[in-house]
Amino acid sequence: MKQDKPCIPRREFLQTSAKKIPGLVVAAAALSTGKTLLAEENSEYNPEDHNYAMGVDIHKCIGCGRCADACKKENKVPLEPEFFRTWVERYVIPVEGEARVDSPNGGIDGFPEIKEKDEILRSFFVPKLCNHCDNAPCVQVCPVGATFKSRDGVVLVDESYCVGCRYCIQACPYGARYLHPTKHVADKCTFCYHRITKGMLPACVEVCPTHTRVFGEEGHRSSPLMRFLRFKDVNVLKAGLNTKPKVYYAGANGEVR
Amino acid sequence: MKLSRIPQQVIPLTIIFALAIVALVAARQMLVPESFGKYGHYRADAVEEVASHDISYAGIQVCNDCHDDIVEVKQESYHRGLSCEVCHGPANNHAEAPDEYTPGAPRGRGYCPLCHGYNPSRPVGFPQILPKMHNPGKACMTCHNPHAPTLPHAPEECSACHREIASTKMVSHHTTVDCRTCHTVPKDHWSDPRAVHAEKPTDRSTCGQCHATGADSPKIIPRIDIETHGGRYLCWDCHYPHHPEATL
Amino acid sequence: MPFTLISLLHLLTITAESHGFSGYMYPNEYELQWGLLIVVYPYLTGLVAGAFILASLERVFKVSALRPIYRLSLLSALAFMIIAPLPLLAHLGHPERCLEMFLTPHTKSAMAMFGFVYAWYLSVVLLLEIWFDYRENIVRWSNEKRGIKKWFYKALSLGATSVSPESIKFDHKMGKIITIIGIPSAFLLHGYVGFIFGSIKANPWWSSVLIPIVFLFSAIVSGIALMLLIYMITTMFRWKQISMACLNKLGELLFYAIMIDFSLELLDFIHRLYESEESISILSEMISNRLFVSLIVAQIIMGTLVPMVSLGIARFGRLPDELRRIVYFIAALLVQVGIFSTRWNVVIGGQLFSKSLRGLTVYKMELFGLEGLFMTILFLIAPILILFVLTKILPPWPSDEKAVIRDTEKVVTAK
Repeated sequence: MKQDKPCIPRREFLQTSAKKIPGLVVAAAALSTGKTLLAEENSEYNPEDHNYAMGVDIHKCIGCGRCADACKKENKVPLEPEFFRTWVERYVIPVEGEARVDSPNGGIDGFPEIKEKDEILRSFFVPKLCNHCDNAPCVQVCPVGATFKSRDGVVLVDESYCVGCRYCIQACPYGARYLHPTKHVADKCTFCYHRITKGMLPACVEVCPTHTRVFGEEGHRSSPLMRFLRFKDVNVLKAGLNTKPKVYYAGANGEVR
Repeated sequence: MKLSRIPQQVIPLTIIFALAIVALVAARQMLVPESFGKYGHYRADAVEEVASHDISYAGIQVCNDCHDDIVEVKQESYHRGLSCEVCHGPANNHAEAPDEYTPGAPRGRGYCPLCHGYNPSRPVGFPQILPKMHNPGKACMTCHNPHAPTLPHAPEECSACHREIASTKMVSHHTTVDCRTCHTVPKDHWSDPRAVHAEKPTDRSTCGQCHATGADSPKIIPRIDIETHGGRYLCWDCHYPHHPEATL
Repeated sequence: MPFTLISLLHLLTITAESHGFSGYMYPNEYELQWGLLIVVYPYLTGLVAGAFILASLERVFKVSALRPIYRLSLLSALAFMIIAPLPLLAHLGHPERCLEMFLTPHTKSAMAMFGFVYAWYLSVVLLLEIWFDYRENIVRWSNEKRGIKKWFYKALSLGATSVSPESIKFDHKMGKIITIIGIPSAFLLHGYVGFIFGSIKANPWWSSVLIPIVFLFSAIVSGIALMLLIYMITTMFRWKQISMACLNKLGELLFYAIMIDFSLELLDFIHRLYESEESISILSEMISNRLFVSLIVAQIIMGTLVPMVSLGIARFGRLPDELRRIVYFIAALLVQVGIFSTRWNVVIGGQLFSKSLRGLTVYKMELFGLEGLFMTILFLIAPILILFVLTKILPPWPSDEKAVIRDTEKVVTAK
């Protein structure tokens, strides 16, 4: 992808205007890690122009758990091991028998040695997060309209409107939602909505050392995500449920669910 | 229909239900948030609220804007794709007030193994060490510069990088077979492993050196007619050379 | 209430038995989202729907043997209906925001319709039917009583004090119309509760088209058993003669209802086993490890098979009336335990396995606190207290009770 060089003093601009006026996006921010061009130069942020999505390349994931760690720090997710907006699973597939999966503290503290003695055929890591489904069951079941799909294709929770009935948590096939222990409302991954609308990358993508996670937009021809989708065999999780997820996995086997 | 012919019971009930409906309609008028339903069945203001959350991670551009010296070093190294905040932690505070906040830096032996500690689930070829055996007691930074983590000297053992293959081979019948028996390793592979690859065998003759019926090798090694065995397949289409399955 | 205590005690033992997780749960799944209160909610609405359907049998289908409990059933339905939404409210993260369900109901959400179904059922069906049925009495009481009571009944009559033959005829007509509307509404109320669970495609234990129907029939079962218990207990404490014809009818209806309910549940079970989808192995593991006591022992054996057989023997065998009464009573108690276990197995069971289909978790019951055991016991006792108060305000027993019972027996034997 060709990258435009910014013509305005980036840092000052970022700090003074972009961060304080939500919706205004500058080209400087669009440069994020030199990977995504998320918005047009100097134009008002228009949600209708975007349809955010993510790609995850399982072959590249080293299971360092930096994504889960950064997510908790960026989004102030409770630190207890029962609350995650994103987490990393380890799959161990023995020569004989069922695949085994674990995710101690979401992978943040690394993974312990594989204890089982039987011979291992394959093993790999799978980062998980909200799939921001196009046909999201959580949005369908919310009785009051506190969880919804925004115009830029991100499923969000309105924390000052949620009644805390937890029907959405039951309806999510991916276990991506939890009840916030102090706010008492449903909570989940927002694709770091406060970052992406300013042209930055989600925190998990920002810190991923191997570029396992690719963030971008569907429908934009020149986007790292489109390149990812073009060149890799991608899968979505639990496709049979017709939730139409927007997190695409490259190298996800049948065991991954 | 005359009013007097309406049964007496109907009148109070009608009033009560009318009041209830009026109350509901009035409540909807007064209590539903103003921006509700603007774009869909949700409060449009909620989008702005989510979008206005504070940022913790500044992003690599912001770091690069000031720390030119480090950018220069890092750009050339294996860590060029890494965001500074992977190791230094969220640094937006520092970006906004550089003198007040200084981001941390992991200087011990604990942090690097999160990525570089040996773990068989990691992809093959990703540089890994066994933290317990790898220069115990020394901080990683003593020998490696995290901004340009080139190795102090190129490792002589293939297992330094190819730990997964080494550990598999170690328990197989091929444990004594040196990697270079089958792979030709260009010298540059040591210094630039991603750019220059080691070569892999292309035909049956490599395996035939030991396993062909007429091969000049110890008798204990299983023999096979490498011309006819297995039809059109190459040896490694069925056998895994790093862990051949045959038993003696 | 002995039956609630029995059910809760066995639940406690279940919790004590299973410990620790097994396999893999998604991290967000370790803690169950819907606990004991959500078990109580379908249990209570089931009792409401069942009791109402029983009352409507007398009214619409002229099952005259049920006359002695017609009004009692209506009041019981009302008493349980008043409490039914409270466990839901108590479990919300933000109960103060509950009005949003009425203000901005999401039409695609099964749960959003709860407020409307509930309001419809409570106000249009139950309250109206009771009002029309009692209006003649209310007017009479407002004339007979003195002081505050007089004014209380005056207010209850809403100013409609006419007792002319036309007015009373109109009361009866309206009562009948409301009952006819009420039957599908009662079906809606509980079938809808089933739909809340049955429509969750993410959860293979819930996602079944049969769940609303199973819920409906188990509601009828629990409602009949409840009225049997309430009728027997209230007559005993008032030292009145019990109508054996009415009891026999209740026993018979309960027997048939259990048969239908059990067949449906069996069908669901066999269907799952035969289809043997991806989830079957984790679900079987859950049944044999986590739900053995509450599903196999409490729900199927103690709550269904034992009452079914004993009711069959008591109703159609030649037993002395005293023994028959005892069997009915015990069977009805067991049915309550069974239906409570049914609700437990649906609600808690649906959250014990991971949606990754790789592991099982445990439910840790709180004792105190808003969602704990004591709160639950409170929610189960409260309707009984409300019913007690209701029977003081609107006595459901006819002044010439003996004559009514005699008539009932006569009509039934004549048939």
